[in-house]
Amino acid sequence: MTQLSDPPPGAAAPPSREGRLVRPYGDTTGDGMVQVSFTLPLPHDKVAEGAAEQLAHKMGMDPAMVVHAKPMGPDFTFFVVYGKVRHLVDTAAVEVVERDYPLLGSKEIDLAIRERLRRRLVVVGACIGTDAHTVGIDAILNIKGFAGEKGLEYHREIKVVNLGAQVAVPRLVEVALAERADAVLVSQVVTQRDAHLLNTREMSAAFREACAPERRPLLVVGGPRFDERMAGELGVDRIFARGTTPAEVASYLVHHVRSAA
Amino acid sequence: MSAKLGLPDETVRRARALAARVGAPVVELAKAHTTVAVERATLRLAGLAGADPDGTPWANLLLDAVRSGLGEDALPHGVALPVWDALVRGEADDLGVLAQKAAAGSVRFRLPAGVDAERARSAARQQVGHGLARVDARRAERDHLLATIGDAPRQPWIYLIVATGDIHEDIPQAQAAAREGADVIAVIRSTGQSLLDYVPEGATREGFAGTYATQENFRLMRAALDETSRELGRYVRLTNYASGLCMPEIAVLAGLERLDMMLNDSMYGILFRDINPVRTFVDQRFSRQVHARAGIVINTGEDNYLTTADAIEAAHTVTTSQLLNEYFAREAGLSDDLLGLGHAFEIDPAVPDSFRLELAHALLARELFPDAPLKWMPPTRHMTGDVFRGYLLDGFFNLAGALTGQGILLVGMMTEAVVTPFLSDRDLALQNVRYVLEAAGRLHEDFHPAPDGVIVQRAHRVLAESIDLMERICEHEHGLLDAIADGTFGLMRRPADGGRGLEGVAERAPGYHNPATELLEEEPA
Repeated sequence: MTQLSDPPPGAAAPPSREGRLVRPYGDTTGDGMVQVSFTLPLPHDKVAEGAAEQLAHKMGMDPAMVVHAKPMGPDFTFFVVYGKVRHLVDTAAVEVVERDYPLLGSKEIDLAIRERLRRRLVVVGACIGTDAHTVGIDAILNIKGFAGEKGLEYHREIKVVNLGAQVAVPRLVEVALAERADAVLVSQVVTQRDAHLLNTREMSAAFREACAPERRPLLVVGGPRFDERMAGELGVDRIFARGTTPAEVASYLVHHVRSAA
Repeated sequence: MSAKLGLPDETVRRARALAARVGAPVVELAKAHTTVAVERATLRLAGLAGADPDGTPWANLLLDAVRSGLGEDALPHGVALPVWDALVRGEADDLGVLAQKAAAGSVRFRLPAGVDAERARSAARQQVGHGLARVDARRAERDHLLATIGDAPRQPWIYLIVATGDIHEDIPQAQAAAREGADVIAVIRSTGQSLLDYVPEGATREGFAGTYATQENFRLMRAALDETSRELGRYVRLTNYASGLCMPEIAVLAGLERLDMMLNDSMYGILFRDINPVRTFVDQRFSRQVHARAGIVINTGEDNYLTTADAIEAAHTVTTSQLLNEYFAREAGLSDDLLGLGHAFEIDPAVPDSFRLELAHALLARELFPDAPLKWMPPTRHMTGDVFRGYLLDGFFNLAGALTGQGILLVGMMTEAVVTPFLSDRDLALQNVRYVLEAAGRLHEDFHPAPDGVIVQRAHRVLAESIDLMERICEHEHGLLDAIADGTFGLMRRPADGGRGLEGVAERAPGYHNPATELLEEEPA
């Protein structure tokens, strides 16, 4: 347990589980020092510097030192502020959704597929319904990838069939069966009138109807407005939310796809 | 810059000769085919603009009407003969009305023969000629503005990106970026536009991670930058993308609206967008002919290879692609000063001597293409959420650019791969560039790598590997197309009979007529 001098009254009860109460560390335990930078839409003058200090105070920094202020054009000023925060964080109160599979590197993914399947893993992807936004599915599948990571197409051991935008569910099912897909990836960006949920349910029902449970491909959906906990309710195996990278998807697939019969 | 690498003339000549051997069959292929995009671009050059109330461009609707009227015969003969035959026969007074009537199904098209074909040909040639004259006038206008307002004060030109998705937000951002020092503004396109088989219409306010390339958006941004250019006393260049399924049409729109630079790579669409190889090469040749006519600097996409493959192992594929891009570009009529050949600072900074290797690769490009304004792309692959480290890496990128005489410097952002750059990120990035250029902009005068040192040796080796690669491509039965099919580039296999847009490709029939390609092949007056 970290010893903190002078905890503010009522700020923190003793941690109930295994946990630690900590403050940011500048150069001394418990000093609470942080650094932030931001821009205010104000011309650079004393008022702007005072406004920056006021913002830092409202963010909980006290004292706050505006160490740098630079005009950016006539209407904006950039600030760097150092200061002390009094907040404590309790690691016991942190909630995380743990990944239930190991995150693999690029070479490990190919190796794992070779070992587990002894053939290429087949992935069929699409944006279903009227959704024309392929940005998500392309980020995961196309070699160009996302956030500096290459898409699934990059892997020698993954065969990617990307059907693109506005694919009807029956066609997705047809292609997935013809390709003997191990997994079907569906991206849904448009959420008007809960279209993403309706489309996903339609898709999972179609696959349940079209194939025996042991032959059904893994059904994976992704999009910025999905709640990762809704997989069961929507009848799919996994939901990926905003910010998911291709490696996370590939690692998941490698871990969950049925191994060679 | 004086030569520092001592590349033997004979080796350089051999590399170029091999690029020509690899490229020539592809040029023949391009000359033997046409595509829906080339035909639509021809209609646009002839002045057909606008879209129906659903947003489908008249160029698409008219071509579709001709194709449904003539069936299989339509595309191989080109759209010009049936369209101008219909106009000569008086089916409509002008192209716009013809498109509307054709879309409603009330025009009967035919393939004219004999005197009728002659009349149609001559009418088509005249109208497309007017379009090319407009492109010529825009080029002359650029020359005039450069002469009267003034050009960028130095090279490298500082290249900054805007990408809000909303043209009316892009404009003030672009003007602010120009005032902060940008010489070139690039408007990033909406994700996915490259796969649309039509060009959206009008001013657009909703894009994904970018703004749609439309004629009206081009016009609005160019007009705004003209205003800012006058204010700043230097001509600010505008860049967009001629890539994807509508490469030829977007090239025409760029020429009509006086854009100054266009991203245009010979193989990017094939490798990274899975667009059919034949479609890409046909579209690419036409679009480059239009760029040549419009005086537009092309930017090629070699940086993309390094985002998928290792920047050391794949260095020779960059050189090879630059040589091929040069061959295709010159064949299409582009002069060397219009070749913004691309490369990038993408070596893993954890590799020992990474900076020396970067200098070797950048110098190799500089000395192989001495008259091309090389496009120098910042690190992306090894940028992380550690923005402080990213800022340092961008500083080294800028230094490599200054030391090797790059022509166009795309400003690196420390928030690359983290968030859309903040206003402050751009300001800090420009301070970084300015500091390096002011502190070390002429350091190349003192920079003479040792003749047997790491840099010189590495450059020679990469060129040798590029020559090997091109020899291997020549050994394939169908040369470059087979090499693309078997995954030689960027590890992607792209067979010639696969990919998007294949249904829009046709082999030209003996009677094929296209006034645009005919006029573009001729020497400009």
